[in-house]
Amino acid sequence: MSQLMTALGDGAVVAKRNVIKIKRVPEILVFVLLSPIMFVLLFAFVFGGAIDVAGGSYREFLIAGILAQTVVFGATFTGAGLADDMQKGIIDRFRSLPMSRSAVLVGRTSSDIIYNALSITIMSLTGLLVGWAIRTSFWEAAAGFGLLLLFAYSISWIMAYIGLLVPSVEVINNASFMVIFPLTFVANTFVPLETMPSALQTFAEWNPVSAVTQAARELFGNIPPGTPEPTVWSLQNPILYTLIWVVIFIAIFAPLSIRQYKRAARR
Amino acid sequence: MTNVIEASGLVKRYKDVTALAGLDLEVPEGTVLGLLGPNGAGKTTAVSILSTLLEPDEGQAIVAGKDVRKDPKGVRRLIGLSGQYAAVDEHLTGFENLDMIGRLYHLGKTRSRERARELLEIFDLTEAGDRPVKTYSGGMRRRLDLAGAIVAEPPVLFLDEPSSGLDPRSRVDLWEVIRDLVTEGATLLLTTQYLEEADQLADDIVVIDHGHEIAHGSSDQLKTQVGGERIEVTVSELNHVDTAHEILTTFAVGEIRIDHHSRGLTAPIAGGASTLTQALRDLDARGVVVQDVGLRRPTLDDVFLSLTGHVAEEEAAAGNGGRRANRPEELEEASR
Repeated sequence: MSQLMTALGDGAVVAKRNVIKIKRVPEILVFVLLSPIMFVLLFAFVFGGAIDVAGGSYREFLIAGILAQTVVFGATFTGAGLADDMQKGIIDRFRSLPMSRSAVLVGRTSSDIIYNALSITIMSLTGLLVGWAIRTSFWEAAAGFGLLLLFAYSISWIMAYIGLLVPSVEVINNASFMVIFPLTFVANTFVPLETMPSALQTFAEWNPVSAVTQAARELFGNIPPGTPEPTVWSLQNPILYTLIWVVIFIAIFAPLSIRQYKRAARR
Repeated sequence: MTNVIEASGLVKRYKDVTALAGLDLEVPEGTVLGLLGPNGAGKTTAVSILSTLLEPDEGQAIVAGKDVRKDPKGVRRLIGLSGQYAAVDEHLTGFENLDMIGRLYHLGKTRSRERARELLEIFDLTEAGDRPVKTYSGGMRRRLDLAGAIVAEPPVLFLDEPSSGLDPRSRVDLWEVIRDLVTEGATLLLTTQYLEEADQLADDIVVIDHGHEIAHGSSDQLKTQVGGERIEVTVSELNHVDTAHEILTTFAVGEIRIDHHSRGLTAPIAGGASTLTQALRDLDARGVVVQDVGLRRPTLDDVFLSLTGHVAEEEAAAGNGGRRANRPEELEEASR
């Protein structure tokens, strides 16, 4: 128990440090907030006209997809932050302190939720301006946002592991792109699945990003009435399916990351 | 006196290189050990093992009575580490950096804050304490990093190349701070590439190369082993080399090295500048025209050259440049 308290306390100290950084380097925040706005505008006004969503408006369909994509991209901050600390020797300093071995990672993944919460807020406001609407209750909508953040948190642990493996911040951006790009684009985020060739469609149906998007659409009430039921289990039970992935990601990558942290001496 | 740091047979291999090839170290309580060696000699690896950042492949190490392998957490409670690069968060203020470290040593909120202010005072950073570190100079960052290492007043300190990247002035200031720490009773292991730094700070020096010890002793012992000071003369005519050799023999306290190709002679001497002056008079009296002359004290290069028969990589170029620059003045002084 006291060990757990120490771990949480240390994690909070590290998280506080990262939060101070958000305040001190507003440039990062501007970037974090502007890019989703650009995505909303790009898809709503440039590509949107070419994409048909049966029985509904594309902009309503779009926002949940962009939210899912944004939070997954937001998770790369975890990896970049850790790679940066590693490069600057700050991880070495932490590792020489009698602090909990999970604290740096817990602190980092937790504080990165703040980035994601901020970008979700800005994006939702942008979405409302271009014609998005939440058609469900407050609690259902809150559950939708909560699920998006929880999913992003689990992806943060994957990125934490990658961040500790790669030699520099430059590499992490490319490395994470390789993972994130197919996950967020070969999915129902921007286009209806029916338009894809069958192999890709199968991948997209079981892609956890599709599930979290589908779940968010359901919780925000953005699925037009009369839309046929999905044919696969993953999209019929998107909330449960998303939660299963959240558990899997954290169960695998939290211990892996902590193990990597323990041996990650800068040479 | 008990040894606060005791390591034996430390071996660490990376894929293609052996960073440590069986290193033994002993540091008695309240003393300073200087670990001297060129880049890549294994200094940082040794410090990383002793500060529990790395596990050795072989060998064992006891720091402050705790085994680094069996009780790394126990070791971490009793050490302070300042790495080769100032590991401070540049977006945090000096105060915030130190306060964070105090919290992570579990000093508690009040004590962490108090200690942070204390240290800012000690390290002459009070004024800059509430500015983000990115506005600090290199010397200020190093001082802050060093302050971070002693937040919890650990009995054992590891400083890995504390003065790397500092200008001479900041280096001297930093030495002052380090000396004070030792006066207060800390046991210190410091790594450096500079004999002068080890000379200034260390009670005992271990010279390492390719991961093992090649010499061990006090600064004076090492210098004596290397051969003390020497005169380097370059004569302008090849047929003057033998005459010059004959004259230098009367002053030399050891073997004179002759390089006919560059018409250069190197003679170990005692007596410093007055010996040099006398030697120059004698050379002049015999009609030997001197093209270049200098009095040299042993440098790390010399330690290396004499101990290993090879020049310390990377250091050689810089070292030579420095010596050449000194010569005109020395010559002037000598001929006055």
